[in-house]
Formats: sequence, structure tokens, C-alpha cells
Amino acid sequence: MESTNQVLLKGNEAAIYGALLAGCECFFGYPITPASEIAHAAANLFPALDRPFLQAESEIAAINMVFGASASGRRAMTASSGLGISLKQEAVSFIATCELPAVIIDIMRGGPGLGNIGPEQSDYNQVVKGGGHGSYKCIVLAPNSAQEMCDMTYEAFDLADRYRTVVYVLTDGVIGQMLESLKLPEPLPRRPIPEWAIDGGVNKRDNYIASIYMDHDDLEAVNIRLQEKYALIEKEQQQAESYYTDDAELVIVCYGIISRVAKTAVAKLRDKGLKVGMLRPQKLFPFPKSHLNDLVNKECMKSFIAIEMSNGQMIDDVKLAIECKKPVHFYNRMGGNVPTVKEIIEKCEKILKEQQ
Amino acid sequence: MEKLKFGKSSGFFDTFERRPGAIKKNMHYCPGCGHGILHKLLAEALEEMDIQDQTVLIAPVGCSVFTYYYFDCGGISVPHGRAPAVGSGIARANPDSFVISYQGDGDLGAIGFNNFIQAANRGENMTVLFVNNAIYGMTGGQMAPTTLPGQKTMTSPQGRDPLTEGYPLKVCETVAALDSPVYVERCALTSYKNIMQAKKALRKGLENLKNRKGFSLIEFLSGCPINLKMTTDEADHFIEERMMKYFPIGKFKDIADDRPAISKHLGIFEPAAVKRILYPNRQSSSKSKDFRNKSEIFTKERRIKCAGFGGQGILSLGMMIANMARLRNFNVTWLPSYGPEMRGGTANCSVVLSRDDVGSPIVDKDTNLLIAMNQPSMDKFLPELKKNGVLLYDSSSIEVPNCSEDKKVFGINAAEIAEDLGDHRVANSVILGALSFILRDYFLEGDDKADFDKTFEEAIIDCFANKKGIVDLNLKAFYKGKAAVETCF
Repeated sequence: MESTNQVLLKGNEAAIYGALLAGCECFFGYPITPASEIAHAAANLFPALDRPFLQAESEIAAINMVFGASASGRRAMTASSGLGISLKQEAVSFIATCELPAVIIDIMRGGPGLGNIGPEQSDYNQVVKGGGHGSYKCIVLAPNSAQEMCDMTYEAFDLADRYRTVVYVLTDGVIGQMLESLKLPEPLPRRPIPEWAIDGGVNKRDNYIASIYMDHDDLEAVNIRLQEKYALIEKEQQQAESYYTDDAELVIVCYGIISRVAKTAVAKLRDKGLKVGMLRPQKLFPFPKSHLNDLVNKECMKSFIAIEMSNGQMIDDVKLAIECKKPVHFYNRMGGNVPTVKEIIEKCEKILKEQQ
Repeated sequence: MEKLKFGKSSGFFDTFERRPGAIKKNMHYCPGCGHGILHKLLAEALEEMDIQDQTVLIAPVGCSVFTYYYFDCGGISVPHGRAPAVGSGIARANPDSFVISYQGDGDLGAIGFNNFIQAANRGENMTVLFVNNAIYGMTGGQMAPTTLPGQKTMTSPQGRDPLTEGYPLKVCETVAALDSPVYVERCALTSYKNIMQAKKALRKGLENLKNRKGFSLIEFLSGCPINLKMTTDEADHFIEERMMKYFPIGKFKDIADDRPAISKHLGIFEPAAVKRILYPNRQSSSKSKDFRNKSEIFTKERRIKCAGFGGQGILSLGMMIANMARLRNFNVTWLPSYGPEMRGGTANCSVVLSRDDVGSPIVDKDTNLLIAMNQPSMDKFLPELKKNGVLLYDSSSIEVPNCSEDKKVFGINAAEIAEDLGDHRVANSVILGALSFILRDYFLEGDDKADFDKTFEEAIIDCFANKKGIVDLNLKAFYKGKAAVETCF
């Protein structure tokens, strides 16, 4: 029988296919809804490729295992959601400071507190802004389909290596749970063990990995180096999808499941002759500042609307990016609710009416 | 060059260049500290066993946070208490490395005890060197989990009261009670005799590591004269007269000889082999990538909602439809009821198929096809059925609905048919059979009529791949559903 790269997978499962095809060597995780299918797929497929899978005793353990595996020069990942990500933050700060590559998938659920297992986007701040202690940031990819769950996880390992940093794949419960048709990418060969790894071996015996700098100037130098790296990432990695933005008077900024709903809403608004577009950040750090500023300077462009499943976390980045040169409206749902096509259409129509 | 009699072991660096500041020859430890003794034993063992290249020594948080200043082997500094978790990651990712987790009583016994005990219980290939000095050192003399009853510290100024602060944590005894660890011994870094025994225990622990026997724990009762506010001799006396009464030294467990070596993951990375495992096999009868069904119904996006009780196979019904769409090269999304809607045992799923990219995968309005399998679902979702929409429902439990004329309504007693077949769970395939008939007779044109019968069957086979009994039963239900609906309309 002939094999095919055409598959039907849940977003959560697609991420594991992307990881394995990118040559991810080990998975460490702890079950949490709505991210558990990632661990389920990993539990089946990592052993099928004779690569280690381990269910850790906690979220904290899982990320520290990733820390160890990455320090050994192996491509490693974990996955979680909301409160689980909160627990991981200390180790993420260590990994970022040690400048190790690592991939973390966050399938956002309802918060705060125990919240619920419905979809939300309320991990935005704790993922996009660093999250743990200290001045660090992580690259954050924001898929909105099973195809992108696969492709972005695949790409995440390369980005993590290139910048020696933590890369998050950040999406919501809907994208994680949704089954969708996609094409699998080509398998990558195993990455050679990097020079910096504590791999065991005569040439690498000198390597050590630490984030403790007793001398203040030494630690300041580390901080400056990190900030230079983040500046480079901002320069090189901004990414967004534009949909009907060319002549738009109102541009919706949103990511994840909302961008799927908003796409349908924009198509319907366009059917009515209303000039609404959508800009979807595909990376949240770096935020697509240049894409937003290209729009700000257009004459037809009157305002933006940030739509979120959180309390106004992403909107701050929109306003900062455009330095508040145009109004940024806001619409959100929380608690596991997803904005509907109807709600988005009504909100946009109201804004368009007001700005005439 | 011949080694100097009193020279440092080559397990250490000759000078400690990683140590900031002017002092590059001495360690940072206080006089009389047990870490100095254990460091020396470890450096000698690394050298003599010739394992420096493969060793990864994990520096914890605590006084031994700077081990990587001194040891000429791989080193990593980790979050407080997490050394066994980091070590598990290293040991699993690189099975050729020898992982030594060097931890104090706060790191291991307090903040990191779960990571420690779980690594022990998994039998990780790791040797833990546990330095127990009954007090926190680096943070300045606070109470440790191993602080003795009555012992005064900065945070137990009246002396540890076992009734409020508990008794000291017996780590070796706890670990020895587990089945996985292969070697557990407690030693004391006091007299020459005790230190020689500690040296022996350390070798044994490292041998186990080398032979991939799993988890070894060696606890070292160790002096901290500064924080205990004692002289070195008094600290030794404290260990031997007070600590050893509560923490007896000796071997608690040694079963390494009976254990087989832990196997290693080699990993499959060769692209063709990876593809063989990850890429699914194409269904022999499936169509080429360019195939498109020509019927007009497929020119537009089709939004389908399946709803009923949990356990009626609602989600697999949707999945079979989604699979069918995939087999015929549609872009398709399937979204299960998820989050708050799961309450009360109802289940539903949204399926969207399209020739273009699918926008919103949430079918909450503009439903083209509603499949309702219980009354609450019918009541809830019927208002969302679009003009000219199709309703298919289980007439065994749902009243004849009141629909506007434009709707095409089909009822079939799916649950009863499934019961007759001996399994109520196949009601979903009965419904699917009915759907295939309805599609063929009302919506499909030309070659699509024959093609779609086949597609449905393929989708069922696909959905329950590798479960032949279930496939057969569902196919039977599918034909029954088809036949039943044929006689109805």
C-alpha cells in the first residue's frame, strides 16, 4: 500500500506529528485538559520511533526534564495549559537564561484559578511577556488550524535552535481539540549534537550550563546579551496573515480560534460591502509591529479592533505597536465562550457606523 | 608526569577558573564543612573510574550550587529541588551519560522531595548523593526537614518541636521501602573509618550508574560547624552522638546484582523509516489528489451538526462524516462539544466541509444538516437549521418536529434498529446509512451516487481501523439504516 501525507488529525495530535517530523527526540509531559491529546499522541508515537516518552510526576518535573534533555543537546518538548504553564515558569526562566532551545505547547483553557476546560486566551501575558522571573522572553507561535499546529511545531524546533531560546506554540482549546485535514511535512534528519551540549564526550567535558552569575556586572552582561537577542528576533521574525486589509477601514486583530470565526465574519461583512479586514498575528512574540504600522499609515484605515478570549491582554501590544496613532476598539468573551460570527459582525457594524 | 602525593585529584580542575573573583585555588566551603570531604571522594572516584567524560554532575541550589566550579566533568546548575527531574531528562535523552544528582537536605528533603522520590520510584539511572547536615547552610542556618528534635535553628529558635514541626525526615528508610531503587546506604563524613566506608558506598553507587542498574541513593551525614555554631570536633561529635542515633548509618538496600541493565532508546530518524511509521497508508480505493465530486451540493461550504446523548456515538458519527470528506479531498473540520456544553451528558460535534479553506469550525448558526439523536438536542439545535436545511433524527425517541416547509425532514428509528442488532452503540452507523440513502436520492448527481456509497463504507472502515469486529457490526448497521430509510420514503 502506498503511504500518504494527507491526514485528518486533531490540532493536539498534529503538533506531535510536526514535532516528530522535525526530529524531536523526547517528550516529557503531564496530563491536563484540553492539552492531553498531545501527551496521548506522544505516548503512542515517540515509542513507535524508539524515542523516549515520559509522563512526569508534575508540570514542574516535566519542564525540568526538558531542561535536562535540552542541556544534553537533544530536541525536547512538553505541553500543557493555563495553570500547568504557571507551574513551569521558574524552569522556563532557567532555560531562557541558559540559552537552551526548548519547545512548549500551551493549549489555553479557562481561567483564572482552576477555571474550566473551555477555550480561552488568558495565558497571553504569562507566555508572551516572559512569564517567569527575570527579563527574558520566548518566541511565541500562534497557530489557528491543525495544519499550523503541525507546521508551527515543526518550525518551532528550528527557531529554538537558531536563537537558542524557548519557543512556545500558543493556542486555545478549540484549535487543540479540532480535527482537521492537513498535509504532513517531510521528516528532518536527526540534528547533530550541538557544540554547547553537556553530551558526555572528551570535547564537551568542558561544557557546563548555569544561570547563576554572582558578579553583578556579569549578570548585567547576560541580560544585555539576551535583550540584544530579543531585538534581533523582533527584527527577523514578525509574522502575520492579512485578510482583506488592503482597503479596510476597520481591521480586526485576533489570533487562534477567533481568527477562524473572524474570517467568516469578514467574508460576510465584505458581502455587505463593508470594508473590514483582519490581521492575524502568527507570532505573538515578536508581535507583528511592522504589519500593524503599514496599516496605520494607510489613508483609508480608520481604526482597529482587538478581539480576544481574555481580559484585554493582546490589545496592549496592538496599542503599543501603533503607539496609539489610531483608535483600537475591543471585544472579548471569557470563561470558555468563543465570540460568534454574529457578535463580531454586529460589533464591526457598530464601529463602522460610528466612525462615519 | 608523576602525580604529586598530595596533589588534587584530576577529577577536579587544576585551578578553579569558573569561580569569579581572585580566589582560584580554594573552594568556597567553610572550614569543617562536609562538602569538602565528599567533593574529594567524588573527584577521586571520577578519576579512578575513568568516567569524567560521560558524567553530568547536577548542581542543586544550596551550598553545593557551585560544584561546576570544581569538577572536571559535565555540569549543570538547576532550579531548587529539581535536580532529579533534570537528571531524569538527561538520563532519558542521553542514556550514555552518567547522571549524579548532588543535593542537600533542603533541596532534596523539602522543596524537591516529590521530584526526588518519583525519580527513585521510576528507577532512573541516576545516583543521588544526599548531604544531610540537619540544617540549611547557604540561606543561614534555618530548620531543615532533617533538623533533630530540640535542635535550635534560626527558624526553630525554641528548638524543633516534633509535635508542631514533625520528626526529622528519614530519607534512606523511605527510599529503601520502594521496589525500584537498587542501592541505598547512609554514611557519615566524620572519622577515618566512616569516611572510608563513605568512599566505598560512593564507588558502589557509581558502579551501578555505569552498569545502568538504576537508582542509587547514598546519604552522607555531614558537618556544618558554622551554622551549628560549633567547632569542627563538636560538629563531628554532634553527628556521631546525636544524628546517628536518629539516622543510623549502614546499608539499607543492595539489589543491583539482581537487576538487569536498563535498555537504551536508539531512536529512529532515517527519513524513509520515519515516513513508514508516521505517514498513514493510503486506502487502496481512495481517489487521486485531484479528484472532485461534481454534484452541485458540494460547490458550497457544508455545515453539519450532530447532537445527542453522550454514549450514543455522536462524536464518532461526526468523525465518520469527516473521514468521508477527507477521502474525497474536501477540506474538513470536526469539533467536539467541548467545555461547558459537556455538562449534563449531552454531546455534539460540528463538521464543516468545503472546497475552500474552512473559516469558523463552530457550527452555531446556518446549519445545513442537523442530525439529532435526542429530544434536548433537537430542541436546542433545530432553530439553527438554515433555510432549506436537512434534518435527520432518531424517531425512536424524538417527537415529530414542527418544521417550516422549506426543510427536508427525515426520521428513522435508529436506536431501535441498533437494539435489534444487539448493540445500541451502533445507532450512529444506522443514521449514517440513512444519510447515505438521503444524499444519494436527493442531492447527488451522476457518478457521485455510486461513489458515495463506497465512501461511507471506507469511512467506517477507516474510523474503526484495526477493529474488525466493530467494523463488521457498524457496516451491518449502516446497511440496515439504508434499507430502513428506503422503505420509509
